[in-house]
Amino acid sequence: MIEISFLEGVVIVITVAFLLTFFRVIKGPTTGDRFIALDAATTITTALLVILAVVYEREWLIDVAVIYALLSFVTIIAIARYLEGGL
Amino acid sequence: MISELLAHLLIAVGTFFLFVGAVGLIRLPDMFTRMHATTKCTTLGAMCSLLGVALLMQGSVAVKAILIIIFLIFGNPTSAHAIARAAYRTGTRMEIGSYDAFKEEVE
Repeated sequence: MIEISFLEGVVIVITVAFLLTFFRVIKGPTTGDRFIALDAATTITTALLVILAVVYEREWLIDVAVIYALLSFVTIIAIARYLEGGL
Repeated sequence: MISELLAHLLIAVGTFFLFVGAVGLIRLPDMFTRMHATTKCTTLGAMCSLLGVALLMQGSVAVKAILIIIFLIFGNPTSAHAIARAAYRTGTRMEIGSYDAFKEEVE
């Protein structure tokens, strides 16, 4: 029997949620569905990176999460402007 | 001890909301209802998880976690609004409900 601590269980649940969003990215009928799912996936990834930093005791993963949150915001705004027709 | 318990409780609540957001993304019928589920749930879930981590690991990690929370508060509603406006202008409409408040503004 493998012992799983609380934070490792949290990592497993968040990873399952991340994979569930990718179901909608692949299947989504319209383009808006795909990018809503991508937006949710980036937010979930930010939380996952911070909790992984606690689990593995690597403090630089928090810095990665800061940069990831900023870059995902800029990326989603750019994609939305592109979908509207004027970049 | 009590702060560690509170941190674990916050992380558990945040994980629950992240999972609910992902399930709502799959279960709901059209794009705007999916956005209604995911944007609010994932923002609240990430905020709760990050607050829990900030309580758990104090010091510089807590400062960076609160910085990420501020980014999420400003960034997530803005990006969701931009995607919704782009989807509406390119022809996506709601499948359920009959009242469309933006019809007069666009036309």
